[in-house]
Amino acid sequence: MNAAAPTLVTRPGFLARRRRAYLLFVLPALLVVGAVIIFPWAFTVWMSAFDWKIGSVAHFVGLDNYTQLATNTRFLESILHTFYFTVLAVVFPLILGTAAALIFHREFPLRGMLRSIFTMPMMATPVAVALVWTMMFHPQQGVLNYLLSLVGLPPSLWVYSPTWVIPSLVLVEIWHWTPLIMLIVLGGLAALPTEPYESARLDGASEWQLFRYITLPLLAPFLIVAAVIRTIDALKAFDTIYVISQGGPGTASETINLYLYLQAFAFYNVGNASAVVVVFFVIILALALLLLHVREKAKWT
Amino acid sequence: MDVAAARPMPAPGARSARWRRKLRKIGFGFSVLVIVSPAILVFLWMLSLSLKNEIDNITYPPVFIPSELTFRNFVQVFSENSMGLYFWNSIVVSGLATLVALAVGVPAGYGIARTQAHKLTVLILIARMTPALSYLIPLFTVFQLLGLNNTRTALVITHLVITVPIIVYVMAGHFETLPRELEEAALIDGGSVWTTFRYVALPLARPGIVVATILAFIFSWNNFVFGAVLAGRATRTLPAAVYNVLTFEQLAWGPLAAAAIVVTLPVLLLTIVIQKEIVVGLTHGGIKG
Repeated sequence: MNAAAPTLVTRPGFLARRRRAYLLFVLPALLVVGAVIIFPWAFTVWMSAFDWKIGSVAHFVGLDNYTQLATNTRFLESILHTFYFTVLAVVFPLILGTAAALIFHREFPLRGMLRSIFTMPMMATPVAVALVWTMMFHPQQGVLNYLLSLVGLPPSLWVYSPTWVIPSLVLVEIWHWTPLIMLIVLGGLAALPTEPYESARLDGASEWQLFRYITLPLLAPFLIVAAVIRTIDALKAFDTIYVISQGGPGTASETINLYLYLQAFAFYNVGNASAVVVVFFVIILALALLLLHVREKAKWT
Repeated sequence: MDVAAARPMPAPGARSARWRRKLRKIGFGFSVLVIVSPAILVFLWMLSLSLKNEIDNITYPPVFIPSELTFRNFVQVFSENSMGLYFWNSIVVSGLATLVALAVGVPAGYGIARTQAHKLTVLILIARMTPALSYLIPLFTVFQLLGLNNTRTALVITHLVITVPIIVYVMAGHFETLPRELEEAALIDGGSVWTTFRYVALPLARPGIVVATILAFIFSWNNFVFGAVLAGRATRTLPAAVYNVLTFEQLAWGPLAAAAIVVTLPVLLLTIVIQKEIVVGLTHGGIKG
């Protein structure tokens, strides 16, 4: 603040009045957010304490829904499926997205057009994409088994095999979301300083050393932001899994989100499903905070 | 390197260096090809399926180039499967949800930017982290009570979950980048906060509003689960209809691929308009780097 005489704009009463006026701007949005975001939240936490099926009377059961979840093997398995899916769906897009960003960071002919094509998958409607992948996964007529046969590999059952269904679904996820990681990392690359590279080159560093000891550490904050976003999105993945495998075969690809959907909208167990939502949110929050904590640490070193 | 000196008599070392450079160029071109081809292949395959007749679609090994180019698949989904109605539903739902979100979200973004009330953006972060399904259980129950299930109104209200956070987030960021001198001058001249917003800030913010609108519309358009749960037979949005009505049991691959293209083409076209700002939309609430 400068010490000049108070003008009209800096006089305290004026500022306070203006602040109040600005808050009026926010009010309508707050009301909408309250109605469609905060109310559902409060309602969910409240409902999670009831045994309630739509169409019947609700009974207050306290924490029973939660204690039941703790021993519900189907739910616990769905947590494992979710973690398995998420780890694969974060690690591979991060590696491939970084590689793609390093490629698109260089100058080459048609770069703009190729980058647009590369980023198209992430905006495509997930259901439409899932439909096409379902056809590609088809064990008899699918194009993927044809491609495997071209390189001499045996055909796969893809999403019809309990062991391969999650990796196959991750394949769709990688295809869909690697572009987003690429764009985030590309933004990071554009912001890198050039001096460290010049001096390292003079010292005779190889391209790999440049990447390993200069680029990668400088990119770390961007990679972590990318990892946080990817983790949140992978945990929440629903559309493609639901359309392609419906959680099957059996329950082999039933993630928390799929389990939640079935409880709520196939069995109408609203109380139980609400408890799942709360647990689910806690898991998402915990993982996001963990990754942000890693970021804070990375900043200090 | 000194070109003039190198030209007349290339040293043996220079020759192998040139080869190495050429090889590296080919290797780089190859890696570009590898990284871009999955996107190209899937979209081309989608297009190929939609333009082939059924015989081509079920032969093995698969045929990439149609033996006979046909638009019958597109005609079929529109004439026999009321694709037109679902398309209209999607436009109404995403359009209205985006308009309402603009009405409340643009002023809110302005208010947040000018009061530096960044705590409000935490709400947006929480909204981003919450699985969409969890909004559905309470809203479904309330709509049931109000008799709103299976109506477009219920869908528009639910889609606000998607559109409002995006617009608030993009607009707050955009208003922060606008110069404040003009607004200060207008306020000192006796303009109210509202007239300053309306006649000074708003016209300057037009590019930001375009981006926010397109992003909100795209995300609303792409949403599947709200329509799948809340809509009735006649009010389904395109993604929900593609899954619920046009199923593998009823339709062949050709019409299904044609339907998939109809669903996603508008979005891909809009994407081209806002290329550079897409990242902002997809990472919204995702903590600034």
